Amino acid sequence: MREKVVLDLGRLPPHGMGTTSVTWWGTLAFMLIEGTGFALVIAVYLYLMSLAAAWPINAPPPDLLPGTLVTLILLTSLAPNILISRWAEQQDLRKVRIGMVIMSILGIAPLVVRVFEFPALKVSWDSNAYGSVAWTLLGLHTTHIITDLVDTLVLAALMFTRRGNNERRFGDVRDNAMYWNFVVVTWLPIYGCIYWLARL
Amino acid sequence: MSRPATTPGTRDIELQRTGLTSALAETWKTPSGLWGALATVDHKIIGRRYILTAFVFLALGGVLAALMRIQLALPEARLIGPDRYNQIFTMHGANMMFLFAVPVMEAVAVYFVPLMVGTRNIAFPRLNAFSYWIYLAGGAMLWIAFALDMGPDVGWFAYVPLSGPQYGAGKRADIWAQMITFTEISALAVAVELVVTIFKQRAPGMTLNRIPVFVWAILVTSFLVIMAMPAIVVASTSLILDRLVGTHFYNPAEGGDVLLWQHLFWFFGHPEVYIIFLPAAGMVSTLIEPFARRPAFGYLALVMALIATGILAFGLWVHHMFVAGLPRLGDSFFTASSMAIAMPAGIQVFCWLATLWDGTPDFKTPLLFIIGFIVTFVIGGLTGVMVASVPFDTQVHDTYFVVAHFHYVLIGGAVFPLLGAIHYWFPKLTGRMMSERLGQWSFWLIFAGFNATFFPMHILGLQGMPRRIYTYQPDLPWHGLNLFVSLSAIVLAAGFLLFFINAIRSARSGEVATDNPWNAPTLEWATTSPPPSYNFAMIPVVGGLQPLWENRDALSVADGLRTDRRELLVTTLAEAEPQAREASPQHSIWPLWAAIATTIMLIWSIFSPWAVVWGAIPVAITLIGWFWPKGTPEDES
Repeated sequence: MREKVVLDLGRLPPHGMGTTSVTWWGTLAFMLIEGTGFALVIAVYLYLMSLAAAWPINAPPPDLLPGTLVTLILLTSLAPNILISRWAEQQDLRKVRIGMVIMSILGIAPLVVRVFEFPALKVSWDSNAYGSVAWTLLGLHTTHIITDLVDTLVLAALMFTRRGNNERRFGDVRDNAMYWNFVVVTWLPIYGCIYWLARL
Repeated sequence: MSRPATTPGTRDIELQRTGLTSALAETWKTPSGLWGALATVDHKIIGRRYILTAFVFLALGGVLAALMRIQLALPEARLIGPDRYNQIFTMHGANMMFLFAVPVMEAVAVYFVPLMVGTRNIAFPRLNAFSYWIYLAGGAMLWIAFALDMGPDVGWFAYVPLSGPQYGAGKRADIWAQMITFTEISALAVAVELVVTIFKQRAPGMTLNRIPVFVWAILVTSFLVIMAMPAIVVASTSLILDRLVGTHFYNPAEGGDVLLWQHLFWFFGHPEVYIIFLPAAGMVSTLIEPFARRPAFGYLALVMALIATGILAFGLWVHHMFVAGLPRLGDSFFTASSMAIAMPAGIQVFCWLATLWDGTPDFKTPLLFIIGFIVTFVIGGLTGVMVASVPFDTQVHDTYFVVAHFHYVLIGGAVFPLLGAIHYWFPKLTGRMMSERLGQWSFWLIFAGFNATFFPMHILGLQGMPRRIYTYQPDLPWHGLNLFVSLSAIVLAAGFLLFFINAIRSARSGEVATDNPWNAPTLEWATTSPPPSYNFAMIPVVGGLQPLWENRDALSVADGLRTDRRELLVTTLAEAEPQAREASPQHSIWPLWAAIATTIMLIWSIFSPWAVVWGAIPVAITLIGWFWPKGTPEDES
């Protein structure tokens, strides 16, 4: 078929940021998948709770301290996280490097406290269905912190190499920050479930 | 004159046509040899592989079906024992649903969606390569386990407590559950790629109301995958946890619940039906245009019907549980929603009939499969409305009536359009036409064989024959029809055999196809058969719903993309206005390494929970290798 040129794309930028970037949409799609997963496990929690004569089953409610501490650390981390996203948008390499180091530390800190959170549930995963679902919720969220932490560490290392100063890397930093927001926000209903529903 | 392709910043406008195509071919080529085959990220090569693999699983599943029909042909048959029979029907169902039906629909989309929206590769092409290897590994694991007498034997939906630690000794149920993990990873990955491709990589001018119906169907399907498949991941993971580390999700003695399994499974399992059916409906709406020789009637109604079906699909799952003893009010709600979903299906059927009515039908093989589909699917839909009613369902639950119903909707509703689509798109897949004579023969054998095989099963079900029995006694009134069904299955098998022979022979020595042999209106026919590695030398610009029919003498295109790096066009979500020239990743071996590491972790974790800890390390290393920038032109910004 003959071709007739009707449009010149040559002036378009060679890379897009934010909603122009396919990775941004891909990250959003993966958040939708994982968000559905979280919602389903919470649904399982509520389902089992609705069947039980007493909840928690044969266990006291979990200790509030470690879980609340994790919540506070995660909420605090939102401030530098939003800042790093802004710095990445401005492509400020020096600030982004500092921000990535801070975010790496703020990724490790909740994991350290989480080590104490599992025993604070005061029930084992193999004691009963309550223990199983509480451990699964906490474990699932921990997996997300670990995944994003590894991503943050690798990206932080990358930002200190000569490949760091690239619009694509700044886009990666923004997508990574968006994903961390997701990890923090999804924790809130899980925290409410594990610590406060068990106290109703 | 053309300049060497390696000059930095070379744009297509600066090159003559031959210089342009050779520069693009150099930039987009897959390296030759084994390494290239393993490292390729070309959606067409991967899509072809996916389709081929899915059809191998179809043939294997068909062999299992044939074994069951031989066993059931006569009462008290001794060919297969009860244990092996349990494995065979479980394998047949799991294989057909998870390794054939869902992957084959996604596979067709992987090949054709980028072509139909006018882009050069799928979004996240390395993830696409990864998803294929994971799919292959999951399928291989299931079949190797079956060969080792470790095949799952708990039915394709693996109800607890049968599949739980108490009754499901050994590793058979774990093989089923982990096969789920493999296929879900690959299906979810492909769904993400397709959503982003359709959202952001459409040709300029392809606004939302100019997207081909098949592409709409794939978009809705991908969202169904994204929203439904996490449910089966949660289900199979908790089942593995119950079996491996002693959790109590499904143990009523410790506060667990067996019906929880059914809820989770069917919250996935019912949308699953539409994950298979919607792409098929999209195929019908797309194929009907060139063969009715007019645009499909009611584009808006067709698209709205797809979306409505996608939403209603999540409100039906309890109709699989009508005999589980749930509250009556719940049953009534799910009866109503099950009947409601017949409406969007009906709207589509009327649109297709109107298209044929007003068109000048050309009864080639693809159209025959469409008509066969309409007939068969309507019968399956009618029995669907019947089993939506609780009293009727209570009577026929777990009988051959249900077997007949879902084969009508799955084979009639999905496999018929798929076979039509393979005949239709074969030239774009291989560059050659399938034989029309053999195609007609295979259609009539499959259509007649299918109806003769499955229609009597309705009657067998009404006569009380249960599903999943490995044999029956001679004094029961079932043997006449069973023998008839088994003999009819030979006709059906012959039809499929002829289809496979036709496909293999045509791929080797069929008539060479032109660019657009059917005079079809959509963009995949605007390029060569098969398309070059870069799909389109210049990105098409779309001005309507049938771009190749609207302007028959010249195709509107856009220029200005670079030829020295893999570059494609990103456009806005609704209006498809150009936003950026984005790079598309080069071939890479890392997705294969990542898939191997993931496979080792998943299979190991059937045997030890520590596999998740230690096995995750190689997975992380391969993923870092995958994403670490390599300084190619694609990394420029």
